[in-house]
Amino acid sequence: MNNLGWKEIPIGGVIAEPGTAKKYQTGGWRTYKPEVDFDKCTDCLQCWMFCPDSSIMVKDKKMDGIDYEHCKGCGICAEVCPVNCIEMVKE
Amino acid sequence: MSNIAQKQEKIAVSGDEAAAYAMKVIEPDVVAAYPITPQTEIVMNFSQFVADGEVTTEMIPVESEHSAMSACVGSAASGARTMTATSANGLALMWEVLYIASSTRLPIVMPVVNRALSAPINIHCDHSDSMGARDAGWIQMYCENAQEVYEKLILAIRIGELEDVRLPVMVCQDGFITSHAVEALEPFAKEDVQKFIGSYSVPYSLLDVDNPVTFGPLDLQDYYFEHKRQQSEAMSRAYQQIPEIVKEFKNTFGSEYDFLELYRMEDAETAVIALGSTAGTAKNTIDGLREQGRKVGLVKMNFVRPFPAEELRSALSPLKAVGILDRAESFSNQGGPLFSEIRAAMYSSGQRPPIADYIYGLGGRDMTPGLIEEVFRDLDKVAKTGKVEQSVHYIGVR
Repeated sequence: MNNLGWKEIPIGGVIAEPGTAKKYQTGGWRTYKPEVDFDKCTDCLQCWMFCPDSSIMVKDKKMDGIDYEHCKGCGICAEVCPVNCIEMVKE
Repeated sequence: MSNIAQKQEKIAVSGDEAAAYAMKVIEPDVVAAYPITPQTEIVMNFSQFVADGEVTTEMIPVESEHSAMSACVGSAASGARTMTATSANGLALMWEVLYIASSTRLPIVMPVVNRALSAPINIHCDHSDSMGARDAGWIQMYCENAQEVYEKLILAIRIGELEDVRLPVMVCQDGFITSHAVEALEPFAKEDVQKFIGSYSVPYSLLDVDNPVTFGPLDLQDYYFEHKRQQSEAMSRAYQQIPEIVKEFKNTFGSEYDFLELYRMEDAETAVIALGSTAGTAKNTIDGLREQGRKVGLVKMNFVRPFPAEELRSALSPLKAVGILDRAESFSNQGGPLFSEIRAAMYSSGQRPPIADYIYGLGGRDMTPGLIEEVFRDLDKVAKTGKVEQSVHYIGVR
């Protein structure tokens, strides 16, 4: 993101449009990265339910991978996965 | 003069009632407040107007001043013209939210009835409450009497809501001395006030569901500084634009509230600077001293924020000695808050008169004409020698 000057931003710290958190990439905070073994995955989507950051991507009701631009590596998905198909690997 | 709005029939009211009457003609959309002595009569009288259906304001009775200011922040962010009122410990309890209101650029207008901060517990006047809040990013006005309370509240709405300003405003009056003394008030017609203040509009509203926005997000090393820079600019624009609004107010209602009111200053050699009701006592004292041929005057500050440094430099530079009347102590060993700021402002003046501080009236101790005469006697000595032997005096203390 290009940082703007004080004359170019809305006053009072207001964020003037919705959904901007998507633009703020926070994947760099991670020290451990979740890696998915799709051969074991049953698409139960427990990881999607528990992920505190909407970082589990879903397509056609199926697990479609991790959004690494926003996943902070908390490891909750790996912890809750009933078939142990998510492994936390050091970055 | 013929365009000046007709004042209504005179009524006898206290300073608190004057504030409530001003709120009645302003008719804000929302008032969220908690009662505290000596501000109580403002909230009490205004809630009566609400209960009697004389105004359409939504009154939010909250459980503390922290909640009062928080409710005001939410209300103002939604696009509602919002007011509250407080005193002393109530203002102290609002502290963190004062900064949130100004930083979020919400033009909330708040009568502050100045009262000493505890401890020991004291309900009477000094300026320790609002002086402590002088760096909270609010515009601050001080009133000499009930009429000024009424008029400055109306003026405050216009100034705070200026598009380039959008800052909250405290309109301060002296607890009990002004707030509970009954004086004659000449109110204005509601339609004249409404015409002067116009309607409140906001660039973004929390209630605009078609254009959702976020107020109060996390703002770290990358943008916080830029938002503070904007706030400094807003206060600077307030300083630039206030004279224009003050002029418009004068043309509409007749009274003039420049940054400074200069009283008998034309040929003055020594002068005192005062806020609030003490200015009235000082005027009376000065009239007496003038009759004795003493060249004395008063600089009354109508605004403390934005700080009128340039106006003070031009008013004080020609003098032989200046006495600052500080109704608050800052425990810096460098005098009270007004003294520190005024002396600092004079540093960049080519002509610097000697300046001394006179801390007075803490906890409601009376400021008598005798004490003000004592200050002028001391200033005569300073003027004669050109030297300030003692920078900080405590007057009226045993």
